[in-house]
Amino acid sequence: MTAPTEAPRQIVIVGASLAGLSAAHALRDVGYEGRIVLIGDENEPPYDRPPLSKQVLRGLYSAETSLPQRADLNATFRLGVGALGLDTLAHRIYLSDGTQIVYDRLLIATGTRARPWPNGAEAASSNVYTLRGHADAEHLARGLAGKPRRVLIIGGGFIGCEIASCCRDLGLDVTLAVRGALPLVHALGSVTAAFMRDVIRDRGVDLRLETEVARFQPDADSRVVAAILRNGQRIEADCVVAALGALRNTEWLAGAGLAVSPKGVRVDTHCRVLTATRAVVPDVFAAGDIAHWPSAIYGNRLLAVEHWGNAVAQAETAARNMVAGEAGLIPYDHLPDFWSQQFGLNIKLVGLPTGANQFAVVQGSLRDRRFIGVYGAQGRTVAAVSVDSARWLPAYRAAVAEATPFPPIVGALDQADIRPQPLARAVS
Amino acid sequence: MNGTLFQQILDPANRADPYPLYAEMRRTPVSRQDDGSYVVSTHAELYRLLHDPRISSEDLPDPPLFRWTGHPLSDLFVRPVRSRITARHRPFIFRDPPDHDLLRRQVMREFAPARVRAMHRKAEQLTHALLDGLRDRTDLDLVDDFSYPLPVTVICELLGVPREDEPRFQGWATQLATALEPDRRTDRENAGRTEEAFTAITDYLQGLIKEKRRAPQDDLLSGLAAEHDGERMNDHDLVATAVLLLVAGHETTVNLITNGVLTLLRFPEHLERLRREPEVAPRLIEELLRYEPPVHYRTRLARADIAIGGTTIPEGAPVVLLLASGSRDPLRFADPDRFVPDRANNQHFGFGGSLHYCVGAPLARIEAEVALVALAQRLQAPRLLADPPPYRPGASLRGPRHLLLAIDAVTPSASAELAA
Amino acid sequence: MKVVVDLNRCQAYAQCIYAAPDHFALHGAEALVYDTAPDEAARAEIERAVQACPVRAITATSDVPALMPHKVGDR
Repeated sequence: MTAPTEAPRQIVIVGASLAGLSAAHALRDVGYEGRIVLIGDENEPPYDRPPLSKQVLRGLYSAETSLPQRADLNATFRLGVGALGLDTLAHRIYLSDGTQIVYDRLLIATGTRARPWPNGAEAASSNVYTLRGHADAEHLARGLAGKPRRVLIIGGGFIGCEIASCCRDLGLDVTLAVRGALPLVHALGSVTAAFMRDVIRDRGVDLRLETEVARFQPDADSRVVAAILRNGQRIEADCVVAALGALRNTEWLAGAGLAVSPKGVRVDTHCRVLTATRAVVPDVFAAGDIAHWPSAIYGNRLLAVEHWGNAVAQAETAARNMVAGEAGLIPYDHLPDFWSQQFGLNIKLVGLPTGANQFAVVQGSLRDRRFIGVYGAQGRTVAAVSVDSARWLPAYRAAVAEATPFPPIVGALDQADIRPQPLARAVS
Repeated sequence: MNGTLFQQILDPANRADPYPLYAEMRRTPVSRQDDGSYVVSTHAELYRLLHDPRISSEDLPDPPLFRWTGHPLSDLFVRPVRSRITARHRPFIFRDPPDHDLLRRQVMREFAPARVRAMHRKAEQLTHALLDGLRDRTDLDLVDDFSYPLPVTVICELLGVPREDEPRFQGWATQLATALEPDRRTDRENAGRTEEAFTAITDYLQGLIKEKRRAPQDDLLSGLAAEHDGERMNDHDLVATAVLLLVAGHETTVNLITNGVLTLLRFPEHLERLRREPEVAPRLIEELLRYEPPVHYRTRLARADIAIGGTTIPEGAPVVLLLASGSRDPLRFADPDRFVPDRANNQHFGFGGSLHYCVGAPLARIEAEVALVALAQRLQAPRLLADPPPYRPGASLRGPRHLLLAIDAVTPSASAELAA
Repeated sequence: MKVVVDLNRCQAYAQCIYAAPDHFALHGAEALVYDTAPDEAARAEIERAVQACPVRAITATSDVPALMPHKVGDR
C-alpha cells in the first residue's frame, strides 16, 4: 500500500456538484497549487440545486443556476463523463469514456439521484417526472407551463411539498399523495408536520394522507391520464411527479472494498473513506450526500444527510484533510442544518430531530404561523425548527450544539407557557 | 480596574480614540461593571446575544411621574398622563416582540425599496447643490456645511416634513438622542430636558400627522398615517415612530459621512482610490461601518439568567452591547485595526443585528455612497485642520462635532461642466 | 453573472432587495428568491447586494472577470 504521506500533486474529485466544487475552492483557499480534476457525469458545470424545486419551477428569474467559480480556481473539468470503477491499490479510476485517471488523493462526491417510479414502463411516460437535476427541472417546468389540469405529486418529503407549493403559485390544481399519516414527518416530527399539513391544505392543495398509488392509467399515446390508488380510488391527473426521495450513487464503487451501504460511503471523523473492516483507505475521502459519517455532536451516531450546508462544510473539511499530513487532520463536527421554502413560509432546521420524543413551541405560535419549536431527547435539546423566525435560530443552534437541557432558553420574548408535548415516532 | 472600564469609555476625554479601551474590554468578553451592568465586547458573544430572545430592548427607565413645576393641573394631571402614554408607546427600537414586530412591519411597508431608492437621485442633487454652495471656499466645517444638512434634508423629504420647519426640531433631536446614553438618561436634569423636547416634538408631529391624514402626500408619514388592509397604526405609536425616524435621520448618518471623510483623510490612498474607482464605494462603506461606525453600543436588559462568555448575566441586569468593539475583534477580523476596504467576509455590527437591525441602513448606504464619492471627486486637495477633531458628547452616537478642512477648491460638478 | 445565496445564513434582512430589487425578492415574510444568473449589466447592483448583506450570505462572480476591478464574491 502507498503511504498517504507524500504531498499530493493530482487531486481527483468525482462528482462535479456543490460538494465537489466546494472542495476545489477549499483546496485553493488552503494554498494547494497542484492539479485538480473534477469529473461529472452531467454535461454542465456545477450548478445549485435548491432553486430548482423553488424559483426555477415557478419560472422566476433564470433557469440557469450555475455556481460561482473563483477566477483563479484553475481546475480541469471532465464533464459528461461518469466514473465506472475504482482501484484503490493502483490509485486509479475507470471512466465511462474508456479512459482511466490516477489520483494522489480522491474525493468521492457523487451524491444522489432521484429514486425512480418503480414501474419502468410507467416511469417512461412523457408526463411522468422526477426532480433532481437541472434537466429534470427544465423538463418539469415545461410540463407545468403547459397548464396541466391536475398535477399529482407522489411523496410527502420536502421536494414533493416544494413542488406542490410551486404548482399553487402557478395557479395549478394539485394533489399531493403521501404514504404516511403526515407530510414531512421524518424531517420535522409530528407536531410541525401536522402544522404543515394544515398550511398545505389551506393553500389549496388536495392533500391525501395514508395514500399509496398502485399504478397509472395510460391513454392510447401512453400518457398518464389518472392514477389508481391501492384502495381502488382513481385520481385524474395529466402531470405526475414521483418525489420518492433519493438513491446514493455508489454503484461505481462496487468491488473496491469500501464500506458502502444504501446510506452511502462510510467515512471516519476526518472524512476518510473506510473499508468494510473499518480500516482507513489510503488517500480516499468522501463528502456531501454520499458520505455516511459519525457525528461527534450526536455521540458519534452515523449520519447520512442530503443538506446543502453539509455538502459545503464537509467538502471543506475533506479538502483540508486531503492536503494535511496525518498530524494536521481536523475532525468534522458540523451541526446539520437546512431550509425549505414552501407556501410562502421559510422553514429552517438546526440539528436532527430523529429520535426526539418531546417537542415544544418556545417562541411565537403555530396559530400565527411564526414560531420556534425545539426537540428534546432524553431531556436534552437535540434540534430546533424555525418558521419565519430565522433571526432567533442562532440562539437555539447554540443550545443544540451544547445539548442544553430541554426545553432551552426559558424566559424568552414572545414566549407563552412552554408546554412540551410528546412527539409521535416518525411513521415509516 | 475592569469594573470601571465602561465609565472610561463614556468619559469624553476618550471619545477621539476609544479603541484601546475596547481592546482592554475584550480581555473579558462579558464583563461585569461595578454598577451591576454587563458589557459585551467580543464578536462571537455579541452575535449570540443579539440573537438571544432573553435579551430585552425595553430598557428605558420610566419617565418621572411627578415633577413640581408649580402648575397643579399640569403637574397632577396632564404630565402624569403624558408620561404614562410615553412609557407605553415607546418607539420600536425600545420595544420587544410581538409589539415590536408589528410596528416594524408597518414601518418597513412604508420604507419600501422603491421609495428608498428614489432618494438616491435626491441625495445626489442635494450633495451637488451643497458642494456648489462651497465653490468659493478654501476652508469648511464638513459637519455644518455638508454632513449634517444632507441627511437631515433627505429624511425630511422622505418623511414629508417641511424643510423650513427643520431648525425647530434640530435641538429636540439632539436632546432625544441622549436616550441612547445610559449615563445621561438616568440624569434627572437631562430627563427633564428630554421630556420637554419630547413634548415639543410630539406636538409638532401630531399637527403634521393630522395634516397628512387630511391631505395625504406621497411620503412616508402619509403612508404610516393611512389605513392598510383595515389596520392603522395607533396614534401614539405613530408619533413615537415619527420621532424615532426623525431623530435617527438627524443623529446617525451625519456621523457615518463625517467619520468617512475623517478616515479617508487619514488614509489618503483610499481617498485617491475612491476618486478613481467609485465602484469601490460599497465595500469601502462596509469597512467604514466596521472601522468607524456611527453607533458604538446599544443597551439591553437581561430577562433571565444567561450563561455566556464564562459568566452568567443575571436576570434584570442591564447589558451593554459594545458593537463597535465586536467589529474590531481580532478573533473575527484579521488585522482589525487596519482600514481594509477589500476585506472579505466583513460581517460587522455597524447597523446592529437581528431584530433591531437598522431600518434606515439602505438609506444610509445610499447617502454615504453618494456623499463620499462626490466629496472624493470634487474637494481638491482636502487637508484636516485638526486631528483629532472635537467630538460630540455621545459615546454611543459617536462622531465629530466639527471637521475643519482646508481645500484648494471645489471642482464644478460634472453636470455643470456639461451645461457649460 | 453567477449568484448563490447561502440560505442557511440568510435571515431575511432584505438589504439585497434594496440594492438590487430586480434580482432579489422575498416570497412571504422570509423566503428569499433570487436571480441565479443576472446580466453583466447588473454588476454594480449585485456588488452592492453582496456587500450590504449583514450575514455575508451572497457570493457572486462575473462571467467577464477582466471587467471587474475587484472580486465580487465574498469568499
